[in-house]
Formats: sequence, C-alpha cells, structure tokens
Amino acid sequence: MASLSYILRRPTSEYGVWGWLTTVDHKKIGTLYMVTALFFFLIGGIEAIMMRAQLATPDSTVISADLFNQLFTMHALTMIFLAIMPLGVAFFNWLVPLQIGARDVAFPRLNALSYWIYLFGAIILNLGWFTATSPNAGWFAYANLTSIQYSPTNGMDYYVLGLLVLGTSSLIGAMNFVVTIINLRAPGMTLIRMPIFTWMAFITSILLVLAIPVITIGLIELGFDRFFNTLFFSSAAGDVLLWQHLFWVFGHPEVYILILPAMGMVSEIFPTFSRKPLFGFPVVVFSGIAIAFMGWSVWAHHMFATGMGPVPDSVFAATTMAIAIPTGVKVFNWLATIWGGNIRFTTAMMFALGFIALFTIGGLSGMTHAAAPSDLQQTDTYYIVAHIHYVLFGGSIMAIFAGIYYWFPKMYGRLLNERLGKLHFWLVFIGMNITFGPMHYVGLIGMPRRNYMYPTDMGWDFWNMVASGGSIIMAIGVLVFIHNFYRSARKGEISGDDPWDARTLEWSIASPPPHYNFAEIPTVTSGDAFWHQKYPDGDKGVPHPVPSGGEDHDEVHIEMPRPSFYPLITGIGIALLGLTLVTHPIVGVVGIITLLWGSYGWMLEPAE
Amino acid sequence: MHDENVGHATTTGLDNRKMLMWVFLASDCLFFGSLISTYMVMRSQSGVGPLPGDIFDILYTSVSAFVLLMSSLTMVLSLAALQRGDHKNTRIWLLATAFLGAVFLGGQYYEFTVFVAEGLTLSTNIFGTTFFVLTGFHGTHVAIGVMMLLSMYGASVLGKLPQSSSLNLELVGLYWHFVDIVWIVIFTIVYLIPS
Repeated sequence: MASLSYILRRPTSEYGVWGWLTTVDHKKIGTLYMVTALFFFLIGGIEAIMMRAQLATPDSTVISADLFNQLFTMHALTMIFLAIMPLGVAFFNWLVPLQIGARDVAFPRLNALSYWIYLFGAIILNLGWFTATSPNAGWFAYANLTSIQYSPTNGMDYYVLGLLVLGTSSLIGAMNFVVTIINLRAPGMTLIRMPIFTWMAFITSILLVLAIPVITIGLIELGFDRFFNTLFFSSAAGDVLLWQHLFWVFGHPEVYILILPAMGMVSEIFPTFSRKPLFGFPVVVFSGIAIAFMGWSVWAHHMFATGMGPVPDSVFAATTMAIAIPTGVKVFNWLATIWGGNIRFTTAMMFALGFIALFTIGGLSGMTHAAAPSDLQQTDTYYIVAHIHYVLFGGSIMAIFAGIYYWFPKMYGRLLNERLGKLHFWLVFIGMNITFGPMHYVGLIGMPRRNYMYPTDMGWDFWNMVASGGSIIMAIGVLVFIHNFYRSARKGEISGDDPWDARTLEWSIASPPPHYNFAEIPTVTSGDAFWHQKYPDGDKGVPHPVPSGGEDHDEVHIEMPRPSFYPLITGIGIALLGLTLVTHPIVGVVGIITLLWGSYGWMLEPAE
Repeated sequence: MHDENVGHATTTGLDNRKMLMWVFLASDCLFFGSLISTYMVMRSQSGVGPLPGDIFDILYTSVSAFVLLMSSLTMVLSLAALQRGDHKNTRIWLLATAFLGAVFLGGQYYEFTVFVAEGLTLSTNIFGTTFFVLTGFHGTHVAIGVMMLLSMYGASVLGKLPQSSSLNLELVGLYWHFVDIVWIVIFTIVYLIPS
C-alpha cells in the first residue's frame, strides 16, 4: 500500500501557483472567485460600452447586427452568471465560515471543485468569441429562435454547454453552503443568533439547490434538440412555450439569488455604520424566507405577452405584487436601522445608501410591469432594460461594491482608499442614473430593446446619446475602483482587526485571518456576538479587549485539511465532457477518464 | 472522507455527508420533476404514431420494475449486514443489488431496441422525444448507482469498508432507494395512466 499512498499523496505547498491550484481553504477560494468574477465584470462592461457606442447615434454602423446580437446576449450572460452570482459566492466563501465561527466549509474539496467548474464553464461560454460565433439569441434564449434552423452557428451550443457546466458549479457550491450553515455553527449560535448575511447566504443556497435543476432540464432538452434532433421546442411537433416556463421557473428565483446576498451585505453594513442593531432582525429574516417562497409563484409575469389568458395573467399579477411586500418591509427595516443612528459616511455606507435609493426605484418600476395591461405596453422595450439595470446594477452591484469596501480590510488587512472610494461612488452613482434613467423614457415612448439600429425621426436620439455618455462616466468609476483595489491590496493603510467597530464574529480575529480562522472556536451567547463581547456594559460602555483572536496562537497546531489535486482534475474532466459535443468524441473519452481519475483519487487520497 | 469535519462536531449531530446527500436528493427531485412535467405537458400532443398504447408492453415493464424494487430490499440487507459486521453477506447483497440494477438496465436497453424497431425514435414524435429522454436519464441514474455499488464492493474486498464506515454504504443506499422511488413515479405516470 506504500506505493498507493505515494501515488495518491497530497500536495504539500500552500504557496505559489501550486498553492492556488490545489487550495481547499475557503478564504483563498473566495479570493479566486472574487478576482475571476471581477475580471468577467470588466468583460461584461466592455461588451456594454460597445453596445452604447453603437446606440449613441441613430442609423449607426459602428457594429454589425450580428455582432450586436452576440454582444447583448453575452453581456447579460456574463454579468449574471459570471459576475454577480460568483461575486455573491466569493462573499459566501469568505464570510460564512468566519461569521458562524467555523474553520472551513463542510466540504473543502467540493468547494474548490465548484470554483474550478465555474472557471471552466465561464471559458466554455466565452469560446464563441474566438470564432465570432458567440451565443446570439438573447440570454433567455426563447425557443425556437435557438433551433438549428434559426441559430445555425455554434453559439447556442456554447450557451447550452457553458450554462450546464456553470449550473453544476452553482449546485455543488450551494449544497456545500446549506450543509455548512446548518451543521458547522459555533456552540450557542442558534439560527436566530446567526448573522444576517449568513442567513441570506443560506436562503440563496436553498434557492439555488432547487432552481438549478429546472434550468438544467431546460438546457438538456435544448441540447437534445440541437444535437440529437429531438422535438421538445419544435414549433411543429413540440411546444415552444415550454422553454419559457422552464426558463422562468428557474429565472425568477434566480433574480432573488442575485439580490438576496446583496441584501445580506447591506444588512450588515447599516448597523455597523449607524451604531445600532439591525432593526427588526427576525422580520428581515422572515421577509427573506417569504421572498424565497413567493419567488416560485411569479415566473409567468415574464410571459404576459404570450397570451396566457385573463386568469393566469391575473393570478401572476397578484402574486408579483404580493412579493413586493416582504421586499418593501426590508427597505423600511434598513431605514429604521439608520434612523436616529450615529451615522458614519464611509464609502461602504454610501454605496449601501445608494443601494436603497436605486433598488427602490427598480422595485417600483417592477411594480408597473406586474400589472399585466401596462406590461403589454412595456414588454421588450427599453423600459424593461431600465428596470433590470436599476435592480441588478443599482441593487446587486452597488451592494457588492459596498461589501467590498466593508470587508476588504478583513480579506487583505488593509483599507481601501476612502478618497478614491468616494470618487468611485459618485462616478458610478451619477453615471448609472444618467445611463439607465433615460431608458425608462425612451422605452415608454416605444424604443424596442435588442435592435442594433434605430431611425432618426423617432425622438430617441437625444436620450440615447445621454445614456451612452453616462456609460462612459460609469466606466471611469469602475476604473477608479480597479486602481484602488490593486493599489490598496499592496500599499493601503493597515486596517487592524476591527476597523469599523463592527458586530459579527469575523471581526474578532486577525486581518487577514490565519488559515485556521479561530484558534479557539468561540461560544456564542447572543446575536451580534462580537459586539456583546466588546461591550459587555451595553452600547454606551467602553470596549473591552476580546481575547479570541488568533495571532498569538501560532504555536498551537490546528489540524486543517491538506491541499488536494483532485478538485482541479475532476473539474477538468467535467469541462472536457462538456466540450465533447462541440469538438470530437475523443475529448469525451479523455474527459470520462479524467473524471474517473479525479473522483477515485478524491475518494482514496489520504488525509495527510 | 477525513476532511469533512473540521474542528468540531456538527451542530445538529447529523453527519455532514448524510445531510449533503439529502440536499442533493432534494435537488434531484426538481430535476426529475421538470422532466416528468415536460412529459405530462406533451403527452397528448403527438400528431403521428407510434403512441404509448401501440407499443407499451405493460407486463414486461412491470417485471423490470419489480426487479428494480427488489434491489432496494437487497440494498437494505447489505447495509444491515455491514452494520452488524458481517462482511460476507454485505458483499453478497451488494453484488445482488448491482446485479438487479444491471438486469433493469439490460431490460431497458432491450425495450429501447424494440421500440426503435417498431419505429419510435428520439425524433419520430414528441412522445418518442420525451419518453426516451425521461427514461434515459433515469437509466443513467441507475447506471451511476450500479457503478457506486461496484465501487463499494471493491472497497469491501480490499478491506476498505469496515463496519465503522457503514455510513458510506448508507449514502449509496439513500441514492439507490431514491432512484427506485423515481421509477415508481415514472412507471405509474408514463406506463400505467393512459393518456
């Protein structure tokens, strides 16, 4: 057996390239997720800028119709699946174990696997750029536009295979976090004492576990139609509307998958910078749960224009309006948290406040298309584009920026520069309103989305030029952020362990945290656990030093999982399998062998 | 297997891996739920034959369904044997379970070839499309289950499946029973209830 354990030995280096390739540390995986997702955020932004360049003037010919179709499809796919979702997961990885007082997630190697599959899925989805045949049927890819007849290039194949691979990644990651949050909480951390961000991570993970299989089936059926001539979405023998149902049964929980982590982040930020506990903590939690439940009953509001009939239209209009209630409750909870608080306008706080303002605008425009009659007027116009950007950019992205400014010191031990941060905030906040605000108007006066060119006599010229100008302001804001991120990670001001006087357990340990997180697993006796340890005499008291930390325990040997090659190998196997149908069967054979090698090595490798 | 409990016992007392399997099965419910829904939506939309009434051999499929159901029994016997440290019977019942699973798969393969010979393929009509994809994905689940059972058998022969790791076998069992239950649903909806 000696030779077997030699073959299956685990990597020893935790540094350098191999350290990153074989890591199972949730913090390193969180960093990998964040850097990769920010990279794709830039790619998606470049795609958007190219579209705005084309749309700035009427009858423009900067970009061809075909390239424009690829750009709007890939912009949405990139921003949703390659940027916002994985940015949420980056925070789950970094924060959930720290917030619940755990040393890692429940399945460290599965966690690494989920990152590698995400990376490979992102590459597969983008392969089309190398042959100028990216997916071009829109991100929700309505049948039968996606059939071989109407999409003869490889583009929609990359869509099917890329999203299938990415779905596997999300599913594995989400299962891991469900188990971690249920099962790895520190002693005394009951569910109601659990930090609000971890709560939202929990709800999001459950949504992912249940929503991903639905889109998986939709994609499998579409893939069978394209590769094996089945008839699922054939207009003659199948049912083109079935795709819309499957897509939106996944798609609407998906929008809550995109926004709930953002809500969790701002729900941590407001209490810290208002120096007050989160107002109505249990209500915020139950609103999150209510949103997750009701999110399953609203999908057909994306389909009013398909002519479902008055009864389904009314039912889905009513459920859609109802889901605004728990969302509105949360907004009021945040406002009540700030109310009367001792407010500090840090960059993180400003982004969080911007989130409330912009997300509320997006929510209100959402209400206007919950009503089926007015939705019929708005469907497929720029009004919808304005709505989704107010909730996804004004909502998710603003909150994610807030989260980055807030938790960056915990991740790198250094503060992001506040002066550049505020410049970043104002550029993005103003630029985003200049870009997406006018889209409400041009949409309502009839400008259809997804047209690469518009004639000059429609009254749309001025506001399109304004929107394109706004997108440049936003882009400059993002460049300021990238500069700030890059500079501060190396030369930023040293932050200390608890720069914001914060409330949750991640701030009780060193910044950046040691690889084992907690030298001693803390015992939790209340919500906002770290706050009550710091201020045993109440909020007005003097902070007491809290002795959990971790710096002085380097001599303590804490057994942590060793790095492993097998998540990467298994991920490569899955990626090769995913590529089989667009390459050659031999790739599939190699993929299966690699997958078996990865999974049996995984099972058999020794712990040491 | 050793990595999965870092530092301290679990909050609920349930093993992490067991909880992971339950969460996965919840997800798989939606997977089959979507496939079965597709079948239900499309079941009476085929314009041309062959239709279910033309080619189903209920008796034949009942026998193979019975075979698959019996494999759940042998699975339980195998786990019970391991839990009392009886490795010989563990292996016998493991092989029996894998064998019954393989018989089911063989039966499905034969059924597919008969249907194709009678003119039903993936692209004949929407019944062929939905039927083959639904039952095919179930068959894939069974095939993965058989692989897992044979891996467990291999581990047992190599002495790597001691009584103390009976949880490993229990997890394979959970998956196996789930796949059985899904077949009961598919068999009822696809074969027994006429459209």
